[in-house]
Amino acid sequence: MSGLIVDDISMTFELPDGGNVEALKNVSIDIKEGELISVLGPSGCGKTTLLNILAGFLAPTGGKISLNNEVVTGPSSERGMVFQQGALFEWMNVSKNIGFGPSMKGTPQSDINNRVTELLGIVGLQDFSEKMIYELSGGMQQRVALARCLANDPDVILMDEPLGALDALTREKMQSLVLDIWKKTGKTIILITHSVEEALLLGERLIVMAPRPGRIHKQYNLPFAEMGVGADLREVKRHKKFGPTRDEILSMIWDMEEEIMGRTESA
Amino acid sequence: MLQELLDVIVTTLWMIVGISAIFGIFLAVSGLVYFVWNFINSKKDQFRGYGSLKTVTFGDESSVSANRVASISGVITVFLIWMIATGSNLLPFKILPVAFVGDTQFEYTATNAAGDTDKATVKVRVTPFGNSDTEKLVAPETSDGFAKDDVVMVAERRAKLLRAQRNDDGGAEEGFRVTEINGQPIEPNQIVQVDNGSVLMTGAGSLQVRPYTGPTMEALYLPPPEQVWDRFLQLNSEGYQGVGLWENVMWSLIRVVLGFFLGCLFGIPLGFAMGLNSWLRGWFDPIVEFMRPVPPLALIPLVIIWFGIGEQGKVSLLFLAALWIMIIGARAGVSGVNISKVHAAYSLGATKTQLLSKVILPNSLPEIFTAARVAMGVCWGTVVAAELVAAEKGAGKMIIAASKFQLTDIVIIGIIIIGVIGFGIDVLMRMAENKLVPWKGRG
Ligand SMILES: Nc1ncnc2c1ncn2[C@@H]1O[C@H](COP(=O)(O)OP(=O)(O)OP(=O)(O)O)[C@@H](O)[C@H]1O
Ligand SMILES: [Mg+2]
Repeated sequence: MSGLIVDDISMTFELPDGGNVEALKNVSIDIKEGELISVLGPSGCGKTTLLNILAGFLAPTGGKISLNNEVVTGPSSERGMVFQQGALFEWMNVSKNIGFGPSMKGTPQSDINNRVTELLGIVGLQDFSEKMIYELSGGMQQRVALARCLANDPDVILMDEPLGALDALTREKMQSLVLDIWKKTGKTIILITHSVEEALLLGERLIVMAPRPGRIHKQYNLPFAEMGVGADLREVKRHKKFGPTRDEILSMIWDMEEEIMGRTESA
Repeated sequence: MLQELLDVIVTTLWMIVGISAIFGIFLAVSGLVYFVWNFINSKKDQFRGYGSLKTVTFGDESSVSANRVASISGVITVFLIWMIATGSNLLPFKILPVAFVGDTQFEYTATNAAGDTDKATVKVRVTPFGNSDTEKLVAPETSDGFAKDDVVMVAERRAKLLRAQRNDDGGAEEGFRVTEINGQPIEPNQIVQVDNGSVLMTGAGSLQVRPYTGPTMEALYLPPPEQVWDRFLQLNSEGYQGVGLWENVMWSLIRVVLGFFLGCLFGIPLGFAMGLNSWLRGWFDPIVEFMRPVPPLALIPLVIIWFGIGEQGKVSLLFLAALWIMIIGARAGVSGVNISKVHAAYSLGATKTQLLSKVILPNSLPEIFTAARVAMGVCWGTVVAAELVAAEKGAGKMIIAASKFQLTDIVIIGIIIIGVIGFGIDVLMRMAENKLVPWKGRG
């Protein structure tokens, strides 16, 4: 069975004071090849932990992950990751950053160059290939991060709040870019976000997680991502089902946040 | 114990007064120049740009930049104060009266045992400081009366005892005294002002000739700039004690470069190892943490005992001065790597070796450069101090040797050169840093 299978994952962190945190408990998800999934949930519900386990940076304390029938045991270039920020290599220029993955595998330089040129075109940074990372704006940096991830041609792209640090306008452009890339490349994409609107726009399937212990609370199948490909995202947001869905999810998350607050106060 | 402590505190209080006075003068000049400058330029800059509206944020260095005019006038002021205080010949006129040099004379009246009085002249020749080949005054052969004329040779700013009655007829008899100087009565422990100086009568009745010193500094303590410059030219061509000026400086630099190189050669790999491996970190941690706060200067005696005063000792000392700094810099560089960079590299397919060479090493370069700058500064300070203690050549050796002969000008030249080179080293390191790790602080 192909695709990414999250099979009954649990993650318990031991704390130095002897206690422990159940960051994830019995999480199972079946993700088909080429699916676009967004993950939403209150702070501390284990989203980053889940993504780190998917990427292979963390070994779960229970359960297992498999990609295309192979059990995941560590990080690999099949599962690319786009970080929120600070993960680009400042000592390399844009081209070198994007070509990092292929060059690690020993791909011939001419092939790398072709790939980099192509990706620079996709993310719209043709004129910035020789610039250093610190000479770019935040939005450009995230486009480099996306291109660097794509350069390796991974099966799955994991994104942890990749657009969280961007301004509204840049963010909207980047959302379109993510949809474009998803459609063009047919990659499986799992994207964590704190923005309900973004989760609706960038998720064929939206997974809402709940905290303590971190678990899947609810899943939605949504039409908006498909609509958004190549279209104006503001148009999509005016769709008659967009508003009500957004409000429903917002109030659900608010309830969860309130419950957390209440619990901390009484504790 | 308590008394000593009290003395130190009192001295410190006096120092506060003195330092405030010096700063006060310097600041007053600064304020004066500021007003003059603004007055001259008041018509020129009507519009200063919006930058002038920027408020000063404390701790944010970039919001205030150094005013070049102020910097230049500040330096000029230091030189002016130096020239004024030393009565430099570079000034068109003397602002403070300078010490007397040249010939002068006074007259004394002696009363002999019989109660008769007679006058005689004392010729005084005041020779310039450090100039021993001035022509000697010769005592006049003939003189009428029982009091005979005298001659005195005295160095600038020095005093000289004169037994005026020594050559007088009956001067050795009981009751023979000098009673007047230039017609003014004098008694033991009294001072009479004469032309270009004063005369003190000691308790035993001798005369002490004291040429006028003036409020300017003595060249022994602070030579005027032109003297320092002449000495610099002389050092430049002849060297000092058989070693050329630049040879001395080169030797100091060579030691620093060698010691620093050794420190990097061993410190950087060791720091990396400590940052990457917990066993090695544990193994070396106690040594590094213990040695780090020990000032390298404290090691000088030990190094001399072990290696003597030769080059090996110097280089070892500088190696030790640089080593701990480089270890800690390299260690901080590798352990400070952002975990998401490591994760990114792994998920892009990097192996452990590739991660080390392509991510962790370059990522640590800014920290290593910071450490290298600090280490260079410490090494330069240490080499000078080590040469002060014991060396055959070097900038420090030159100034300590000169200080033993009170050649203050050489000492000052040495200090200036040491300062300039220390500054030059830092500028070079910063230039290298900007060239090699331009992303520093912008990650
Ligand atoms: N290395 C760790 N050691 C101990 N506890 C951890 C560790 N990493 C995460 N946790 C805990 O696990 C829980 C889930 O953390 P996680 O970072 O996955 O949350 P998140 O959903 O990504 O939150 P946010 O939206 O704020 O990023 C939190 O309670 C956190 O304190
Ligand atoms: Mg998170």
